[in-house]
Amino acid sequence: MVALTVVLSCVGVLLCLPMVAVAFAGKPGVATTVVYGAATAACLASLAMAVAQLVADGAAPTAVLPLGLPWLGAHFRLDALSAWFLVVVDLGSAAASFYALGYGRHEKAAHRVLPFYPVFLAGMHLVVLADDAFTFLFSWEFMSIVSWALVVSDHRSRENVRAGYVYLVMATFGTLALLLAFGLLAGSGGGYDFAAMREAVRSPAAAAVVLGLMVLGAGSKAGLVPLHVWLPLAHPAAPSHVSALMSGVMTKVAVYAFVRVVFDLLGQPPSWWSMVVLALGGITAAMGVLYALMQHDLKRLLAYHTVENIGIIFIGLGLSLAFRANDMAWASALALTAALFHVFNHMIFKSLLFFGAGAVLTATGQRDMENLGGLIHRMPITCFTFLIGCAAISALPPFNGFVSEWLTFQAVLQSPKLEEWGLKLMIPAVGALLALSAALAAACFVKAFGVTFLSRPRTPAAAEAREVDVFSRTAMMTFAILCLLAGILPGVIIDGLAPVVGELVGARMPVQTALPWLTIVPVSVAWSSYNGLLVFLFIAWSAVMAIAIIHRWASLAMRRGPAWDCGYPDPSPLTQYSANSFAQPIRRVFGSTVFLASEAVEMAPPGDARPSKLHVVVRDLVWEYLYLPVATVVNFVADRLNPLQYLTIRKYLSFVFLALVVLLLALAIWL
Amino acid sequence: MVLVLALAPLLTGFVRKVKARLLRRQGPPLLQPYRDLLRLTRKEVVLADNASWLFRVGPYLVFSATWVAASLVPTFATGLIFSWTADLIAIIALLGSARFVLALAGMDVGTAFGGIGSSREAMIASLAEPAILMMVFTVALAAGSSQLATVARFMEGPDVGLRVSLGLALVALVIVALTENARIPVDNPATHLELTMVHEAMVLEYSGRHLAVIELAASLKLLLYVSLIGCIFLPWGMAAADAGPAAYAVAAGAYVAKVAGCGFALALFETSIAKMRVFRVPQFVGAALMLGLLGTLLLFF
Repeated sequence: MVALTVVLSCVGVLLCLPMVAVAFAGKPGVATTVVYGAATAACLASLAMAVAQLVADGAAPTAVLPLGLPWLGAHFRLDALSAWFLVVVDLGSAAASFYALGYGRHEKAAHRVLPFYPVFLAGMHLVVLADDAFTFLFSWEFMSIVSWALVVSDHRSRENVRAGYVYLVMATFGTLALLLAFGLLAGSGGGYDFAAMREAVRSPAAAAVVLGLMVLGAGSKAGLVPLHVWLPLAHPAAPSHVSALMSGVMTKVAVYAFVRVVFDLLGQPPSWWSMVVLALGGITAAMGVLYALMQHDLKRLLAYHTVENIGIIFIGLGLSLAFRANDMAWASALALTAALFHVFNHMIFKSLLFFGAGAVLTATGQRDMENLGGLIHRMPITCFTFLIGCAAISALPPFNGFVSEWLTFQAVLQSPKLEEWGLKLMIPAVGALLALSAALAAACFVKAFGVTFLSRPRTPAAAEAREVDVFSRTAMMTFAILCLLAGILPGVIIDGLAPVVGELVGARMPVQTALPWLTIVPVSVAWSSYNGLLVFLFIAWSAVMAIAIIHRWASLAMRRGPAWDCGYPDPSPLTQYSANSFAQPIRRVFGSTVFLASEAVEMAPPGDARPSKLHVVVRDLVWEYLYLPVATVVNFVADRLNPLQYLTIRKYLSFVFLALVVLLLALAIWL
Repeated sequence: MVLVLALAPLLTGFVRKVKARLLRRQGPPLLQPYRDLLRLTRKEVVLADNASWLFRVGPYLVFSATWVAASLVPTFATGLIFSWTADLIAIIALLGSARFVLALAGMDVGTAFGGIGSSREAMIASLAEPAILMMVFTVALAAGSSQLATVARFMEGPDVGLRVSLGLALVALVIVALTENARIPVDNPATHLELTMVHEAMVLEYSGRHLAVIELAASLKLLLYVSLIGCIFLPWGMAAADAGPAAYAVAAGAYVAKVAGCGFALALFETSIAKMRVFRVPQFVGAALMLGLLGTLLLFF
């Protein structure tokens, strides 16, 4: 009870902070410090309470506040699932607020960001805590509107305004789907609180429609293909700490909505639901990373990559549904643990990468990788933490990304015991797509890190970059250390997830802390095990041994000289590989099918001083074949209906008369 | 651990010698790679002006990740002390870490050749890694565990039988082994032509002791793949954990014979086939991915 009270008071503090921002509107420096500092403190307090609730694993505290609908009130509940997602939200928010203490100083229009930022955090907290449909939908829409305001905070750029427009349309569409879903869940009895929805009995058709609506609603906010189009437009447009929150935290809130409804409120799932979720997850993972590989804007690359990771999370959720439908609760627990672990991991490394991108943007003023390079010499701490983030997101041991991918693969390996033919055909294909997206992610981040931080500077802006302030560096370093710790001590997190998973599927993974040397075991010791700590220690030990032996017995002579480059070093930094060139082989192999990518080279004839040209065409087929036709139809219908806006008064009066006649007739017939 | 380190350059020397003999040349002596490594360690390192700390630390990270992975593959006995630390998936991922660092080192100095190597390596790895993961799935589903020691014991035992899936997995593993070790038909380890380089292009700027460490890591990787093929698909003669010294001696002899046999087969294959065009390699490795996927699918039924 204490936990819930403290968390709700922290949300209250966050809701009062905009007044502080407005009060100090004349002094942006003071306002920035106060708002972000108070937000950090509030989120840390809430984080402590959420962790305490998760560890204590007691009864879930509830609270009913006299807000909202008079006969309903506002229900809040902090059960294990809410506590886990509250940990994710709070850790991300606290780090982003701390980062913004340094980053926010460079904000040109602080009065357009500061009032909305703490309210955005409060909205996300409220969604995770909500225990009835009205509070949930109100907080969800609130979160969307406030984040829209943050996306268009830099309103002078046309592409930001367009991003805000697309975001608003998609967010409204998502909320509509959620509204219909909750209406169906409440049923004709009208019980809007979650406890009533849990008990309600509904037909399989209604439950299936709810699943479809949740995929549309929560999936569009999370970024499932083909509902992902707003993500790469909106996430880069916002300021970097808000991008980190939108990518790292808000997408997880959408995953929370999906898990809450499909796993908790809907009851026992039939197995064909898992096929839908698995198919969507697999396609999202593969498409997301392929889109990311084609980008050379650092933030847009990271946003598309979020889409890939959401795909991985949904693959885990789909596997969990499949096992649950087949009464394999232990395998369902494994898959759900893998998905929720990936939620935590992705929040950490995606926030870390966005912080790094924000640091690069502050230092150089560039977001485009083709104008950067050589930053490893100018911004060492940012570069080191960004490297750890890249290694973690590419699922490389001993970092945390590998552990959640490994657990997902172990869940895939349990699936021959399933009975449905559709699942038996689909799961190996989804496993192959998961492996493919992991390998492509590594390629994508070699490109991102290599072109931005390594190689030679391509513009003077990159050559004169300076390291960022201490707040940004601390936030990035903390998350980098967390990436390593979560990879070395995964047993702690798996045991922390046990109450969550136990509540949702009724089983849990084997207790991890009882195993020797902090190993983790997904099913049983005989099946397989992984020890992150020992792998890390082995790598460290062998590296140190190699360095020691070499430095003892080899010649230590070293001198600097120009690069070898096969004997023809070119001083111009334009001759080195750019992001476009790095992605060219992969674009040719994968992009020619998925994006109908094509290249055309126009070479000037020998002796002509004209520059040669390379045309690369990459088409977004989802946008062209799904969104443009829908937009065309909507515009057509709107144009046809437009004359209704300027009819004469006589036509309007006849419309009113006609409507009255029709309604009276309907009433007469019906009664 | 020390065994694989000592044996790796010998395997490289053996393959080179057999290739030379097949081409009716004398070829370098068998122990030449050891001499090459020693010579490189005594040379001065020439670093590019803008090479960063990542370039200097990279070889050691690549080497340690490859060495840890190679030590986790059973060579002649199945009872490795720390075999429960990492299963097959983790071993593949460790090799992925090594490749990640090497690709970054290739991009570090900012030359076009480093970029060629890293981008081609990224393209090839994006297909080779899923292919070998599919192979791992096939083998793990057949053996009932993804732990390599358990797989080896299963393949040696009587339950295995002749299975199409395992045959497909073997072909996939051989294709991926050729790809990952930069062998013809994917990449030429002895090339000096930049258009045919993948691995050599990434390490073009390295010299002296750094190059020695990287060459040793490359030899270790070849021995790792040969040991993997031997451990999973040719498991006869492996000693159990608690066997006596006589059984160990027999198993060691069997292991050396397996390594020599695979090395001979590799040399024969490399001599009889030409290197593929770069954009045929995705079709080659994609075939391995499809075979692995087919092998996994067949085990689901």
